[in-house]
Amino acid sequence: MRDRNDQNRSKPDFSRRDFLKGSAAAATATAVATQGPQEVSAANLKTNVFAAAVTSVTLNVNGKNHTVKVEPRVTLLHVLRNTLNLTGCKEVDERSADGADTVMIDGKAVLAGSRLAIECEGKKIRTVESLRQGEKVDEVVAGFVKHDAMQCGFCTPGFVVATRVFLDKNPKASLADIQKGLGGNICRCGTYQGITTCALEISKGGK
Amino acid sequence: MRPFEYARPQTESETLDLLNDHDANTAVLAGGTDLIALLQDDLQEPQRVVDIKQVESMHGVTGDGDGVKIGALTTLEEIAASPLLDEYRSLKDVVDGVRAIQIQQMGTLGGDLCHQPNCWFYRNGYGLLALEDGASLVAEGDNRYHAILGNQGPAKFVSAARFAPALIAWGADVRVIGPEPDASEWLPLEHFFVTPNVESQGVSILKPGQLISHVRLPAAAEKISSTYEVLQMEGLDWPLATAAVTIDLDRGVVREASIVMGHVAPMPWVAHEAAQSLIGQSVDEVSATRAGEIAVQAATPLRDNGYKVQLAKVAVKRAVLAAADMLEGAL
Amino acid sequence: MAERKVAWKARKDNSLIGSDITRIDGVEKASGYAKYAADINTAGTLFARLLTFKGGTALVKTLDTAAAEKVPGVRAVHVFNGVGKEVRWDGTIVAAVAADTPEQAEDGVRAIKVTYEAKPHWVDEENLTGATAAKRTKPLGDNQKGEVAAALKAAKHVHKGYYGIVTISHMCMEPHGSHCEWDGEDQLNVHLSTQNVSGTGGQFAGPLGLDASNVSITCNYIGGGFGSKFAADQWGVACAQLSKKAGKPVRLMLDRATEMKIGGTRPSGFIEVTIAADAEGNITVWDSHHWGTSGIAGSTISLGQLPYCFDGIPNRNRKATGISTNTGPNRAWRAPPHPQLCAVTDTVIDDLAAKMGANSYDIFMKNLDKTPKPDVYAEEMKIGAKLIDWKTKWHAHGKGGGKGAVKRGLGMALHRWGGRAGATTCTVKVHPDGAVETFLGSQDLGTGTRTVIAITLAETFGLGVADVKVNIGNNSYPKANPSGGSITVGGVSGPLRRAGLDALWKIYDLVAAKYKVPADSLTAKGGKILSAGKAVCTWKQACGLLGPMPLEVQGQGPKNDGLTSAGVAGVQMADVSVDIETGIVRINQLVAVQDCGLIIDELTARSQVYGGLIMGIAYALSEERVMDNRTGRFINADLENYKLPRIGDIGELVVHMYQPDSEYERGVVGLGEPPVISTGAAISNAVANATGVRVPVQPLTPQRVLEALKGGQA
Repeated sequence: MRDRNDQNRSKPDFSRRDFLKGSAAAATATAVATQGPQEVSAANLKTNVFAAAVTSVTLNVNGKNHTVKVEPRVTLLHVLRNTLNLTGCKEVDERSADGADTVMIDGKAVLAGSRLAIECEGKKIRTVESLRQGEKVDEVVAGFVKHDAMQCGFCTPGFVVATRVFLDKNPKASLADIQKGLGGNICRCGTYQGITTCALEISKGGK
Repeated sequence: MRPFEYARPQTESETLDLLNDHDANTAVLAGGTDLIALLQDDLQEPQRVVDIKQVESMHGVTGDGDGVKIGALTTLEEIAASPLLDEYRSLKDVVDGVRAIQIQQMGTLGGDLCHQPNCWFYRNGYGLLALEDGASLVAEGDNRYHAILGNQGPAKFVSAARFAPALIAWGADVRVIGPEPDASEWLPLEHFFVTPNVESQGVSILKPGQLISHVRLPAAAEKISSTYEVLQMEGLDWPLATAAVTIDLDRGVVREASIVMGHVAPMPWVAHEAAQSLIGQSVDEVSATRAGEIAVQAATPLRDNGYKVQLAKVAVKRAVLAAADMLEGAL
Repeated sequence: MAERKVAWKARKDNSLIGSDITRIDGVEKASGYAKYAADINTAGTLFARLLTFKGGTALVKTLDTAAAEKVPGVRAVHVFNGVGKEVRWDGTIVAAVAADTPEQAEDGVRAIKVTYEAKPHWVDEENLTGATAAKRTKPLGDNQKGEVAAALKAAKHVHKGYYGIVTISHMCMEPHGSHCEWDGEDQLNVHLSTQNVSGTGGQFAGPLGLDASNVSITCNYIGGGFGSKFAADQWGVACAQLSKKAGKPVRLMLDRATEMKIGGTRPSGFIEVTIAADAEGNITVWDSHHWGTSGIAGSTISLGQLPYCFDGIPNRNRKATGISTNTGPNRAWRAPPHPQLCAVTDTVIDDLAAKMGANSYDIFMKNLDKTPKPDVYAEEMKIGAKLIDWKTKWHAHGKGGGKGAVKRGLGMALHRWGGRAGATTCTVKVHPDGAVETFLGSQDLGTGTRTVIAITLAETFGLGVADVKVNIGNNSYPKANPSGGSITVGGVSGPLRRAGLDALWKIYDLVAAKYKVPADSLTAKGGKILSAGKAVCTWKQACGLLGPMPLEVQGQGPKNDGLTSAGVAGVQMADVSVDIETGIVRINQLVAVQDCGLIIDELTARSQVYGGLIMGIAYALSEERVMDNRTGRFINADLENYKLPRIGDIGELVVHMYQPDSEYERGVVGLGEPPVISTGAAISNAVANATGVRVPVQPLTPQRVLEALKGGQA
């Protein structure tokens, strides 16, 4: 039970760190040569550790298991888009500040560009494609079409997924709730009016 | 991102063991809303990323008569939903200001407290201090979003921790574990943050191989609180200035007060004198305004961020009024 | 037989035109099935990453890609700017690496060794004095009309002011880029993110030494262009070259920071202006000098259209100075450069009204005689005023009262645009089984072009939208106009209507002969052919008369047949609240009254206006490129610090499409650009009305609002 050892020391003086933490001050001019992923033999590794090399990762996506071979540094977004050809979630920005890469993981809204694929083993991942079976579509998809909540369509899948998760959590959402919940998604074309109308219609139980 | 090992510990001690390999050139991965961006920009280059999301002991909110303990892996959504935190309104105010379901469901309290600065010089690779030949790029460059307090040394970025002001105003403690597997200590959150003089000091007292496991709040004891954030946008955005206030109001008179400003200095900024000025007063427009003025009277704005002095002053005033449910006429 | 006339149906006879029709590609987009350039995953596709210059301006001193070539997974390296080349702005591409995975491509980029010789940079687009001292300015014109000096003396009301609007980026959600794949040595297949499907093939062919007929361009879906994606661009050609070198397909998309820095910007403009009016409020004088930047070329917003829309002001001086900056070059940005022109004109007129103590609405109305379409503006203003309740809400500038720190105000502005139909050819094919399809090399930017095409043919043939198969997005189809200038809706609908009528009349002739009914009694509706209103046969039966071969008809445009025309007006009004303690501005309501001739799809037309309003909110309140003078860098080239509005930032948007019969009779006119033009000025005017103080430069960030309030300048 060592984890729960609450040593309560209230010391005002703490030793400051004194080490180099990564490349905090990268030079603008020179790039540093790098090697590829290290070859680490399994015998050197502890349990629960994956080497910095290609490894098998099994992901449950839209109800099916897929085993892919990726390095730990590969994002879920890249596996979904490039390996599994589920291109609905989009790559807009390396910092994932746009929401276009939103997917569902165990029912939560997750930015796939901010998740490593290897983090997602054992979870239930669902992408926007799961909201359609042939001609049958989720009410959010249908509502987006009905209220023309799209133009170029690039931000649309991320918005659809965020809206689906948001409404699952807030079935009776007000306008203010919707505006707060969906503030993580950017649309450049300006489709917020249609998205708002669609979300309000669903939350008010209309069709 | 450069290549790294990935580790998935199940316990705190396993976490420490894994964090301390490779000379502790490792990184803690919780919600990923900051770390992945830092890795993408090569601002951190750990040899191993340690995913702590399975560490049960760091999840959840528990309470006893003495207060509330929040695991560092508690998400924003869980904070908002926890009835044990209802009395700590200033915390829920912060959650309310994060307008994105993704961040609410992914982001953790520990991750917020450890969020690296958003300073655009830092994020563009110039370092926390952004020094070139000993001169500050921030001082000479566009510093509209930078510090107005605590900026007389080389550090001019603002702290990005959104929850810190409210937690500090409540007198919160934080539990730091490591580097040794059985090492842990509680310390006041106020002392967790650091204004660096050299690059290697970073923004907190965390040594390599250490991490936050919990935050503890004292009993609310009917104190009133509020966090007021000046946010330009209604959507997901970083505050321009914030103030968190906790007040012990006894029959209309302030007996104790704590005011902490955020996003105005390299660390959360405790406004001692401003809080003092409220003692023995009632909460009203006059006392709140005065507290705001005192909170910024020592401000040393840079060339482009003078407007933030006004914002910080207003944030303090409005936080004080909001704590007492007296805030009107504000957007 | 009565003469057959090419025309739209009488308004009351339409089945589809005039209603809300949902997009025919709506489900594809909303369910994530739509494939964009970066979604093409043909086997073996390599991923490209870029090494870009990060600084103000420099020469490439040394460049060594040898180590990059050896990185595991790297298949090809392409140098854009080698030793001795100038890299003149932040974000300039130095080299690209293509590898099996994106991560390996990044490893390759990191392995490139490059050093630069930094040169002095200039990136300040507003500081004219500084730019002049740094020898970065050039005169861009100076012309006069009438007698400015004399008229100023005679004027009753004179106002002098400073106004401006900063540079912004296009910010397409989908960056520029392409997927290139070779078929043998001579055939190149490109999935390109482009607004110019029909015109970009040659831009690949030339540099690659191919015949233009051997380059296939496909773009079924594009994630935003806004005027920035007309070309193959250096990086498009490089993608093809990487693919050739590697012997595999390559996907090269600009990363977000690079996209913002080099994918296109909208020029800035800062103006010192004197405006004057007589006692009745007729504007008699405009005297301005403006400056700004378009990048290294050192242009700014064009002189020739100032004062914007009010061409009839009789005495006018205007002068422009360009500032050359080390910044990414400008590209056409939605209605160029009208948003900036409006931002530095309608704000000035509004301040003149304030100075006169007059209602802004009255001064605009008074001076409509100086605009190209006074009657239309007058009608649109009346409608807008009613919708926003201008009469009740109006107060003198700064005199709105209100509790606490929040002040409320109204503002308006007006705009114009062309939107003449572009040059497009289409093929319409009617099969003997009744199936209908059309081919044209157009693109659909999100404006709803696919749907407009389907509606036009469906309306003509009396069918449903689902009965028409629309084939666009490939350059093997008949040539269509690039989508810029709001020329597409007219560009496609004219030829389709014409070709559709051509085909329909041939079918009518067959029906007339077979069923012994007069040809000119025939109409097509509800999937049937009718004679004098009575069903004669079904569409399928009629098509069966074609024989074994499909009927194929070409349509071409534009023509002078009244199907399309040009010239729109438009009025926008804003109701805002300003927190004068924090400088934060919130939109309460925006009202847009917009004409665009004959509207084919009401639903997607309104969406264009909503979209324009929201893009307007962006550049009015929060969107700006920040160039850091010290480092010369585009320091906010990311989506957190470059602030775009989100769903909670728009307030209530009210869109009224102005379409009396007089507009319907004009035929189709383009709509894609006008709704973004006057939004900034309307919002700025509303802020001035709320606070009594002009915030001179857009975007009206809290910083600028507080600084203006401190100065107390009206």
